[in-house]
Amino acid sequence: MNDSISDGISAEAAAAPKTDGWEPKIVAFCCNWCSYGGADSAGMGRFQQPASARIIRVMCSGRIDPLHVFNAFLEGADAVLVTGCHIGDCHYVNGNDKTKIKYKYLENVAHELGIEKERLQLNWISASEGEKFANFIRDVTEQIKKLGPSPLKPAGVV
Amino acid sequence: MSDIKGTENKSTVAKDSDEKRVGVFVCECGVNIGGVVNTKAVAEYIGTLPGVKVTSVNKFTCSDSGQADIQSKIKEYNLNRVVVAACSPKTHEPTFRACIEQMGLNQYFLEFVNIRDHCSWIHMWEKEKATEKAKDLIRMGVERSKLLEPLQASEVPVTDKALVVGAGVAGMQSALDLADMGFQVYLVEKEPSIGGRMARFDKVFPTNDCSICILGPKMVEVARNKNIKIMSYSEVKAVDGYVGNFNVKIEHKPRYLDVTKCTGCAKCSEVCPVEVPYDFNEGFGTRKAIYVPFPQAVPLRAVLDKENCINCKACAKACQSGAINYDMQPSYTDLNVGVIIGAVGFKTYDPEPRHDFGYGLYDNIITAMEFERLLNAAGPTGGHVVRPSDCKEPIRVGFVNCVGSRDKATNIYCSGVCCMYTIKNAQLLKEKRPETDHTIMYMDIRTPFRGYEESYNRSRNLGVKFLRGRPVEVKEDPVTKNIKVRVEDTLAGEIRNLEFDLMVLATGIVPNEGIGQIQQLLKLSKAADGLLMEAHPKLKPVDTTIDGVFLAGCASGPKDIPYAVSQGSACASRATILLKNKKAITEGITAVVNPDVCVGCQVCIPMCPFQAIKMDEKEGRANVVKALCKGCGTCVTACPTGALEQSHFKNAQILAQVKNVFRFQEVAV
Ligand SMILES: Cc1cc2nc3c(=O)[nH]c(=O)nc-3n(C[C@H](O)[C@H](O)[C@H](O)COP(=O)(O)OP(=O)(O)OC[C@H]3O[C@@H](n4cnc5c(N)ncnc54)[C@H](O)[C@@H]3O)c2cc1C
Ligand code: SF4
Ligand code: SF4
Ligand code: FES
Repeated sequence: MNDSISDGISAEAAAAPKTDGWEPKIVAFCCNWCSYGGADSAGMGRFQQPASARIIRVMCSGRIDPLHVFNAFLEGADAVLVTGCHIGDCHYVNGNDKTKIKYKYLENVAHELGIEKERLQLNWISASEGEKFANFIRDVTEQIKKLGPSPLKPAGVV
Repeated sequence: MSDIKGTENKSTVAKDSDEKRVGVFVCECGVNIGGVVNTKAVAEYIGTLPGVKVTSVNKFTCSDSGQADIQSKIKEYNLNRVVVAACSPKTHEPTFRACIEQMGLNQYFLEFVNIRDHCSWIHMWEKEKATEKAKDLIRMGVERSKLLEPLQASEVPVTDKALVVGAGVAGMQSALDLADMGFQVYLVEKEPSIGGRMARFDKVFPTNDCSICILGPKMVEVARNKNIKIMSYSEVKAVDGYVGNFNVKIEHKPRYLDVTKCTGCAKCSEVCPVEVPYDFNEGFGTRKAIYVPFPQAVPLRAVLDKENCINCKACAKACQSGAINYDMQPSYTDLNVGVIIGAVGFKTYDPEPRHDFGYGLYDNIITAMEFERLLNAAGPTGGHVVRPSDCKEPIRVGFVNCVGSRDKATNIYCSGVCCMYTIKNAQLLKEKRPETDHTIMYMDIRTPFRGYEESYNRSRNLGVKFLRGRPVEVKEDPVTKNIKVRVEDTLAGEIRNLEFDLMVLATGIVPNEGIGQIQQLLKLSKAADGLLMEAHPKLKPVDTTIDGVFLAGCASGPKDIPYAVSQGSACASRATILLKNKKAITEGITAVVNPDVCVGCQVCIPMCPFQAIKMDEKEGRANVVKALCKGCGTCVTACPTGALEQSHFKNAQILAQVKNVFRFQEVAV
């Protein structure tokens, strides 16, 4: 767990890159039909991954609201992942097309807020792509470990 | 089972119905979870959260005793919210919803937390981190559960008609079984004849009986069954609706002749001057531009291939029934069905682009499918296997297994049938012409079912040679056109240089061209092999994640004929549950407009792919038509006023999870 923050060091100081020991906290929004299934498949295939992600299930990626994403950052997420079905595969025809459009907006706002681009990522993962899901979590975790905790993370939060 | 927190009992229960009384049931899933996550520590921690009245750890929460534990605790602690931390809601949510509903709780008061697939299974070597993560995940679930609201699942009527897409042996079986149970079946086949792959084989393993002799009568049975309407040379163009009530648009491609007049006499083909490679024969030999697909075709009707037609009109003159109509246009039928069975089959891996083992470079290398046609008495050579370069009958025949299968460069999965069909093909030629010499180059021989190992032994006894190894070099002798192969015999540990008159590639099973379209029309998922995905690989092998849609045969993974036929029957049986009950239960999760907040801006209306949001013109407010809403929640994010909410996934419910990903760590001063 994040020991430097828990020691009461200010968020600024805590933002110094951490290498070992520290596990980032990543909020991953997954749609019920594809990417959540992909996370299940990662489990079934025993594709090991860092214990950094916390999955929140919604029915479709189209339900993922900027409100949810920015709240996650304000609450202390080191990264937020927006995931869904591959384009064309959305269970509800085209919810993910709308996610794609919304994501552009999310990226801009995140940029304005000074959130590094690695901290907000979009990925389409099908229900069978367990290995892809695991690799995604591993890659993002690596990137965030290099960056260290999010600058928006409130002090004292793990 | 062990109760971690249970000091309070019924007598002290507050009567305030608004008070959230949460019970948390942590499953060990044998050692699947318990072997990694410290469930006792998790339960202890969760027990300290406000509102949690009891926590319990079970070896198997889904077992009879596990469920009884939940039910007795609901009673004892007067619980009104239940959190189950176990495997995936995708497989087990219905079980626990039913469990709490039996105790009079609304089924939507269940919150399901995945601490197996998303935790213990993926952090097997990090027990502490997995335990901490499980605490977070369950805390998120507990806080969300407190905000859950009761919902009503709705019942929808089921039209007692079925659509079967694909008339291979699997789809035909589904259609026959459903028809025999008395249901109307529409059997849609994209080719001019039903029958699928099996209609092309000479004989079929493991018993080597004549393929068309067993398939032909079945095809006729399908045609004669008064409950089956065959729609050949037709495709599904659009699917709308949901379980019990699918509206489907079928396109009938023009055959350029009136099928009610055509008798299948093939007089038209006799006079047609155009010859094109015969696809049914894998391109060997030719057919005419107007042709009857094959002698046993069902329906036995000609079809005109407009692309190759030169418009000489000879066929129109030859047709005694005046069936030909050159101006025919596609026509359409709209169907309303309660269930859909997808049996769209497969195609074989194409070795041409990569020139696998020299295919496409050298004449005398053919695929197994091509070999099947050459072996077939009704095939292009009347059953004589000849080599393409000089039409001579080969003596030395080499077979290469696993082409396009079990190979990182192509497909990693095993196609399941190639060992057996290669064994069959070698046997059949050996039996026909005992002077032939056969070498099967394999990686492993897989013969798992009844009669398969026996068939393998039979080929060995016949003298078929088995060589464990893959060709590393394939060349053609420029003069003889023989195929020269360098292969390591991995059992003997030596390099062998072999020469064959003909070499046959056992190409694997890959998705059919149209599979992407079918996948999107039916809203299915694809598995890693590119074929369609079932709801559960073990317990729901023919169901899909879409209620009312089922899969049979090679459409959902490589299979042999007995397996494909069993799945065809299984689909019929699963579908009958809906068709016979005439009703289906659908999710209660929908979008809801709060009329007090809605300003009638209509931003949400185009967001909905199902046209479920309509304006209430009188009130000037949006209104969600529950029967049409599928509950994706996409419209909700578009609403600028917050008037729209998605039940069970309300903002507050999602944000409760977001907030509880984190916790405040007390600072030791
Ligand atoms: C070379 C070879 C030899 C084999 N030999 C044997 C054997 O000896 N014994 C054995 O048990 N198994 C054998 N098999 C396996 C066997 O072919 C399959 O198990 C069987 O054909 C599967 O039947 P199916 O109905 O699932 O698919 P298919 O036979 O492929 O039928 C699918 C049908 O759906 C139609 N279709 C496809 N897409 C659409 C669409 N979008 N709309 C409408 N219709 C559509 C197709 O035209 C086809 O008619 C062999 C396979 C190969 C490749
Ligand atoms: S939740 Fe989805 S299906 Fe329902 S009204 Fe909104 S956009 Fe349409
Ligand atoms: S977007 Fe919101 S406010 Fe606008 S019409 Fe739809 S529900 Fe009403
Ligand atoms: S259901 Fe997965 S993105 Fe819409």
